Amino acid sequence: MEIAKLTDITRIYKVGEVETRALNGVDLSIGEGEFTTLVGPSGSGKTTLLQLIGCLDMPTSGKVFINNEEATSMNRDQRADLRKGTIGFIFQFFALIPTLTAYENVELPMLLMGKKNHKSRVMKLLDAVGLANRAEHRPDQMSGGQQQRVAVARALSVDPLLILADEPTANLDTQNGEQIMEIMKKLNEETNTTFVFATHDPRVIKYAKRIVTLEDGKIVKDKNIA
Amino acid sequence: MNYILKMSLRNLARNKRRSVLSAIAIAIGTALLLMMAATIRGEMRGALDININLRTGHLQVHTEDYKDENMSLKRVDMIEAPLAMSGQIEGITQVKAASPRLNASGILAYKNETIGIQVIGIDPPSTTNAPYRDGLVAGEFLTADDREGVLIGLPLAESLNLSPGDSIDLIINTSEGQTDEQRFTIRGVYTTDTPGYDKVTIFMPLEKTQTITRTENYASMIYILLHEMDDTAAVKEAINAPGYIVEDWEEINKLFVLVMELSNAMMFFFNLMVLGVTATVIMNTLLMAVYERTREMGILGALGMKAKQVKALFLTEATLLAIGGVLIGLAIGIPLVLYYAQVGFYFGDMGISANSGIMIGNSIYPYPTLGDVFSISAAAILITILSGYYPASQAAKLEPVDALHSNN
Repeated sequence: MEIAKLTDITRIYKVGEVETRALNGVDLSIGEGEFTTLVGPSGSGKTTLLQLIGCLDMPTSGKVFINNEEATSMNRDQRADLRKGTIGFIFQFFALIPTLTAYENVELPMLLMGKKNHKSRVMKLLDAVGLANRAEHRPDQMSGGQQQRVAVARALSVDPLLILADEPTANLDTQNGEQIMEIMKKLNEETNTTFVFATHDPRVIKYAKRIVTLEDGKIVKDKNIA
Repeated sequence: MNYILKMSLRNLARNKRRSVLSAIAIAIGTALLLMMAATIRGEMRGALDININLRTGHLQVHTEDYKDENMSLKRVDMIEAPLAMSGQIEGITQVKAASPRLNASGILAYKNETIGIQVIGIDPPSTTNAPYRDGLVAGEFLTADDREGVLIGLPLAESLNLSPGDSIDLIINTSEGQTDEQRFTIRGVYTTDTPGYDKVTIFMPLEKTQTITRTENYASMIYILLHEMDDTAAVKEAINAPGYIVEDWEEINKLFVLVMELSNAMMFFFNLMVLGVTATVIMNTLLMAVYERTREMGILGALGMKAKQVKALFLTEATLLAIGGVLIGLAIGIPLVLYYAQVGFYFGDMGISANSGIMIGNSIYPYPTLGDVFSISAAAILITILSGYYPASQAAKLEPVDALHSNN
């Protein structure tokens, strides 16, 4: 089953009179259960591609389909609705809401979806990332690794089809980076959740089942790992 | 607890000092407006009471051409057989008291000093004279058959160093266009706490005033006080005074009513100014919050929070600030207003003379009303929420992808 499909995507950023072509005629299809890594040098378009898959940004031309729905024809609120039930995000910076506890951060996407009776699910997810005992801690009371694990639990909270992670290990030490990747790999295997990473961290790349290489806004290599 | 409310409370708590300062700005605005509204209302009520009780009464009967400020002593401008008419009017149930008054102008001479004064001839036993009888600070009140005694105000007595038993010379205009001079003895010194009035008003028994002004059996007006102000129109209707006119306090105090309306308009603009300053503080606070939390807005957007939910988050923060600020403002303002409602603010005569058509007491006693408390609170809350609308809209406009790349 195809989770995400991008056809002939071009994304041009315009700053003043200067145009920067971040993506140039990209076609990409992501299937269910994939553990895919987007790699490439800085400025190659990895993050832009990830943001387009996540419906956070809109292409200058081309189409984006998520779970067979055309996101490029949706307005901002419709895309927000599509995201909150379908896509989970893990960012490079530890993107938790600083005023909420670990429990509340994980709970938030479920509240946005109007879900109730979610206490056991939140605790199960925190337990899965090894932080059940930190449920009442706020982000500033946790280490970077712990915050990123909460972010993983949050991304999974609404049982999304697709999780997008932008440089998830960039700010973590080796041990925490490995731990995060192990958790995500395990979730991928156990729940068949699709993961797409944008990274140039070898610690992430070594876990990938598929590596998509970008250069100058184009896919130059797409390789499945046995 | 609703998650928007929970997040708003936590957001306000994350920068406690700024939130407290913003709430204090609202609180000061609310307390200030409450104090202003109560003070202006108190001043107007006080001045109205003084005007009615000292100068105009609730109703007056006089001739069509009589003007209080002219103090005309022409027979055509006066009421004939006034005691009979006032007795008849006192028979109306809602009337508290009615008595004739004769107003004349003159000069007081004492040693080398001369001062312009107004002489009011009164019927001493009448309860319409209660403010002067109750306000006696030295000596005794007048009696109807006193032919030589007068009552003078405390500021006048103090300025000339006069006391009961002292003699003064009064030169008073007569109905013949002449003046008559006579020596009088000060029987008593009164105060109504209205310096502009007390400084220039001397009371004399009606009969003696009629004699000295050559207006025997005539008076300037019938001065009428009612038990309830609300009965004014009914009593006005009930008074039978053929050949004369009956005017109520609003008609006589046209200038005062105009001043009251002006002060209400001024209060409205004052409210706008104070609330405008408060609104600017709140808008600035919330704009700072939007700026500081831009990336957070991006995260919330990525998680699926819609623009209207982001807007609701900031408007809830504005509402919480408003409610908190108004409650603090009321907690400060209400006791303060109640305290000053008891002790009053002393202002002196503010340079207003008795002939200006408006009389103001030397102290203002704020008069708080529940209506003011509710309307000021509602206005402060509404203005604060409205001032949060622009920052909230700015936050809601943020595109998640742009917000995520912000450094804040």
